[in-house]
Amino acid sequence: MNTLINGIFKRDMALAFRQRSELAQPLMFLLMVITLFPLGIGPGPVTLQKIGPGVIWIAAILSSLLAMERLFRDDFWDGSLEQYMLSGQSVAAIAAIKVLVHWLVSFLPLVLFSPLLALFLNLTVDMYVALMLTLVLGTPLLSLVGAIAVGLTVGLQRGGVLLALLLIPVFIPLLIFATSAVDSAALQLPYRAQLAIIGAMLMLAMATAPFAIAYALKVSQN
Amino acid sequence: MAGLAADNLTCIKRDRVLFTNLSFTLSPGELIYLRGPNGAGKTSLLRILTGLSSPESGRLYLNGESLEATRDVFNQQLIYIGHKAGINGALTAMENLRFWCAQHGTAFVASHAYEVLARLGLVGLEDVPVRMLSAGQQRRVALSRLWLKPSTYWILDEPFTALDTDGIELLEQHMQQHVASQGAIITTSHQPLSEHAGPFTELVLEYRL
Repeated sequence: MNTLINGIFKRDMALAFRQRSELAQPLMFLLMVITLFPLGIGPGPVTLQKIGPGVIWIAAILSSLLAMERLFRDDFWDGSLEQYMLSGQSVAAIAAIKVLVHWLVSFLPLVLFSPLLALFLNLTVDMYVALMLTLVLGTPLLSLVGAIAVGLTVGLQRGGVLLALLLIPVFIPLLIFATSAVDSAALQLPYRAQLAIIGAMLMLAMATAPFAIAYALKVSQN
Repeated sequence: MAGLAADNLTCIKRDRVLFTNLSFTLSPGELIYLRGPNGAGKTSLLRILTGLSSPESGRLYLNGESLEATRDVFNQQLIYIGHKAGINGALTAMENLRFWCAQHGTAFVASHAYEVLARLGLVGLEDVPVRMLSAGQQRRVALSRLWLKPSTYWILDEPFTALDTDGIELLEQHMQQHVASQGAIITTSHQPLSEHAGPFTELVLEYRL
């Protein structure tokens, strides 16, 4: 465990903070998309409230695709990935730590920014709470599932579009349940069921994704 | 049987047979110089030995036991330095080495690492992001691992690339010392090894169509 914290966690954190601009890019993209929506479709509070949750979630998914590739891209091209695989540590554990760092640096800021986004799109407090909960449960799922696809496409020269094609269909259920939870909150209805389903998907991903990522990375090496 | 043994390895890449039924043993105290023209399969062979890729057929044994079963033991005794150096350009030399040692479960002593970098002619460059260094200096940072992690097996793919004559001599001397202290090395190189490297066994791969 110590080796993973000192060797992977601290390393990825140090790297993330050294490449801040790369880190800020997806977040800026998200903020810009959400700022443009009220300007584009008119500032009617009712309309905004209606489309708000969907807009935030779609922007989150698209912006996550921008940042997803950096999970393993540099490590693959500079050979660090080979060194991980020969380090004697479990590749699944290394992958899990890398996904954790990726979530911390690219999605946690989004969760922290979400009150501002809710304000832009005129969400009520109930909707905002539901949005926050779906983001907290749903974004780790984006990271975990995304990492599998990144592992598979990392060896390709231009894997970006393929990555989007692979991932967007997979993210659709998450999008449906997350926006449905916020819609229910808008109508003062209970939304525990939607949260439970997202939570269940997250649990499944946490249990299995690291092994799938490890396998995908091994395939990419071959 | 001590050492790393390859038994009837066959490697096929993109419908081209690189080598078939290749068998050899890398014993402690031996330096194998792997030679062959471009595209003969040197890198493929080395990657198969590390376990990064799998051969089409054939098996590997470590001290007589199947390498599949003893992979963790083998990794602890292995340093692989490939074409891709495994050095992150945004991190400094010291950071790269510190994180690498942590990953490989090797104790990292900063003073020792400074000493090694100094011996490799990198004084004053320890805390500069590695991408600012020249190609040869980056290669030296990658090679400094050979001084940091105590291990038996070194698998080196073109370790002399971008090194100047001093660097080559330094590395060859270190390789000789390693072999003298019961280490085992398999290396490729397009320039012949000089007398500094000590005695070696040649393994030649032919280019096949």
